Amino acid sequence: MDAIILQILNGLDKGSAYALIALGLTLIFGTLGVVNFAHGALFMIGAFCAVTLQRILSLSTVTLSKTETNFLGQPAEIKTPYVESWFGPEAGAAIIDWSVPLAILFSIPVMIAIGFIMERGLIKHFYKRPHADQILVTFGLAIVLQEVIKYFYGANPIPTGAPEVFKGSFDFGVLLGFDPNAIIYPYWRLVYFGFSALIISAVFAFLQFTTFGMVVRAGMADRETVGLLGINIDKRFTIMFGLAAAVAGLAGVMYAPINSPNYHMGMDFLVLSFVVVVVGGMGSLPGAVLAGFMLGILESFASMNEIKSLIPGIDQIIIYVVAILILLTRPRGLMGRKGVMEE
Amino acid sequence: MSTSNFTRRGLLKTSAVAGAGLALPTYLSAANHAGYTNAPQGDTVTLGFNVPQSGPYADEGADELRAYELAVEHLNGGGDGGMMNTFSSKELTGNGILGKKVEYVTGDTQTKSDAARASAKSMIEKDGAVMITGGSSSGVAIAVQGLCQEAGIIFMAGLTHSNDTTGKDKKANGFRHFFNGYMSAAALAPVLKNLYGTDRNAYHLTADYTWGWTQEESIAAATEAMGWNTVNKVRTPLASTDFSSYIAPVLNSGADVLVLNHYGGNMVNSLTNAVQFGLRDKQVNGKNFEIVVPLYSRLMAKGAGANVKGIHGSTNWHWSLQDDASKAFVKSFGTKYGFPPSQAAHTVYCQTMLYADAAQRAGTFNPCGIAEALEGFEFDGLGNGKTLYRAADHQCFKDVLVVRGKENPTSEFDLLEVVEVTPAAQVTYEPDHPMFAGGALGTCNPGA
Repeated sequence: MDAIILQILNGLDKGSAYALIALGLTLIFGTLGVVNFAHGALFMIGAFCAVTLQRILSLSTVTLSKTETNFLGQPAEIKTPYVESWFGPEAGAAIIDWSVPLAILFSIPVMIAIGFIMERGLIKHFYKRPHADQILVTFGLAIVLQEVIKYFYGANPIPTGAPEVFKGSFDFGVLLGFDPNAIIYPYWRLVYFGFSALIISAVFAFLQFTTFGMVVRAGMADRETVGLLGINIDKRFTIMFGLAAAVAGLAGVMYAPINSPNYHMGMDFLVLSFVVVVVGGMGSLPGAVLAGFMLGILESFASMNEIKSLIPGIDQIIIYVVAILILLTRPRGLMGRKGVMEE
Repeated sequence: MSTSNFTRRGLLKTSAVAGAGLALPTYLSAANHAGYTNAPQGDTVTLGFNVPQSGPYADEGADELRAYELAVEHLNGGGDGGMMNTFSSKELTGNGILGKKVEYVTGDTQTKSDAARASAKSMIEKDGAVMITGGSSSGVAIAVQGLCQEAGIIFMAGLTHSNDTTGKDKKANGFRHFFNGYMSAAALAPVLKNLYGTDRNAYHLTADYTWGWTQEESIAAATEAMGWNTVNKVRTPLASTDFSSYIAPVLNSGADVLVLNHYGGNMVNSLTNAVQFGLRDKQVNGKNFEIVVPLYSRLMAKGAGANVKGIHGSTNWHWSLQDDASKAFVKSFGTKYGFPPSQAAHTVYCQTMLYADAAQRAGTFNPCGIAEALEGFEFDGLGNGKTLYRAADHQCFKDVLVVRGKENPTSEFDLLEVVEVTPAAQVTYEPDHPMFAGGALGTCNPGA
């Protein structure tokens, strides 16, 4: 029982990341009709926003030590971060410690700008082209972005820690009457889950309760009619692209403390997120979220030892097996609507 | 009056015949005179450096390339000579190898076996490389070693820690300076016994490929021999990025030690996840929960940041060693590049020097001559103390370093501290040890 609760927790966490990326993907697909293979790269760039802010905050003045020496026997460099000299050692250290949450603010404008540039500069030229062309060009773009990041940050993962107060884990077992240590879960992963839930609700609320959102939803349902009513739907869709980029970026920022960011982390998530979108139903936002959490939990269950010993290797294929089963029984996915990608 | 009757067809025919005629003797003469593949012509010799320049191990590959460039510079008489001055064999004089200036070509393994074989093949066939060296993965090393055996080229392996490289997949043309899974286990076991006692329950998470399997087998055997119990061995897909679902069940399994048979990105993520789950703050069976990372790489450990603190593992070489050879190498490398070398850099520098020295002593670039010079070769002054290149399996036997993640690092390079230097005798095994059994060294192949 405790093992099952533990894997559900794990799955919620993985599912949060899948759901956030898939939400952005399906938002872009539903509005602009573009299959965006560069979306994983946006997630990765988000994580590197956290790395970049951490580096900016850690910019230091360098003085040479009189006593310490470096590995070559020369005077060692002592680095004092500017924030520590400006705000005092304690406040400065606290600011650096909190660089990941601070990176949320930093990443929103950056990601929206990147989204705008991507959409206006490249993707807009492919709206009228076949999906195969869109996939090729966005996949190419993903590789280019990946290599750019690798050029500047190297290939090795870069540690980007959560604030000190979120280190360690919470003992759910004791809370639920199990033995201590039976169900433990890291604080930061709980934060990640809460944060994802918040972002997902915010996106839904924005689409549901604002005039802008209403127009966008109308445009998703019938672009032509909305256009005929004299509404510049293209402009709004571009803004939605920026928004989707920001959602992926935020997912990346908060993911940085979970696994040290590296240049190909986007690709690791991309394929799975596509499966999530397809299983959820192309163009369906609730479908993407539902499928994200569902597949995340299934994946966690499949990596349990008890299940792996029954069917070896199941942890690597479970998502695809389930995807095939769902598409065989419900060809439009869990919550797909008629007419999407079927013209 | 002469008439010229050139036709297009005639010209093509003539040039084809002439071309074939010209090409044939060169090919035959090379084979006849030297009797081995890519015998150096003229006053240069070309070495092939096959390292990951793209993909997840690109940073490690870049460090290998730096060390190769340094080695070539030293062989050709440039720089301060580095470990050439401390090397016990004094054959190398900074005059290239056998009087020929050393040149090199590079290939990108991408840490994929097929890509590595293709780049090695291209360096052998197109660039005339007489030796191939490098790499950062056992899968790649074994694939390239096989290719070099067929092509009649010497292969000086880079980073490869699987027992199989000089075990069941050993080849007469292949040589390994780096240590292996068995040696890590033999060096670590006594240290772990002292630290954590003989009554422990270990849980293994293992990368699902040749290196992971052999290391898991080695560590489990060594720890069980001192009384530990192995609770579970779980294989994790090499492509895994989030290890939470593998780590979450560990605490509840009754285990009090977690062994991470992971390398590179896998190691960084699994260790980070394990620390996130608070494993190191827990008490199980009345003892502190411990994590062990049997194979450490400083370059990779950097990705795990503060999570490595206090965690034990083993490494082939570390820049903080205080022997003359290590100091000379760190000085030479550090002056040129501004930071200390990694164990990958050290290994490939040694491999280049050992190859050059063997050619010098053998008086030929013939792979069979070089193999003979390396087999049973005992040397010192390359940073690991007295070392033997064993003839039976082409494995180097030298001291192994047991290291621990440093609690208070003084710089970004200062991540590990050496806690024990395990003498070579303690990590030596018989060539027919069951973990290395199967496969045969075969005979050297000069190719051509």
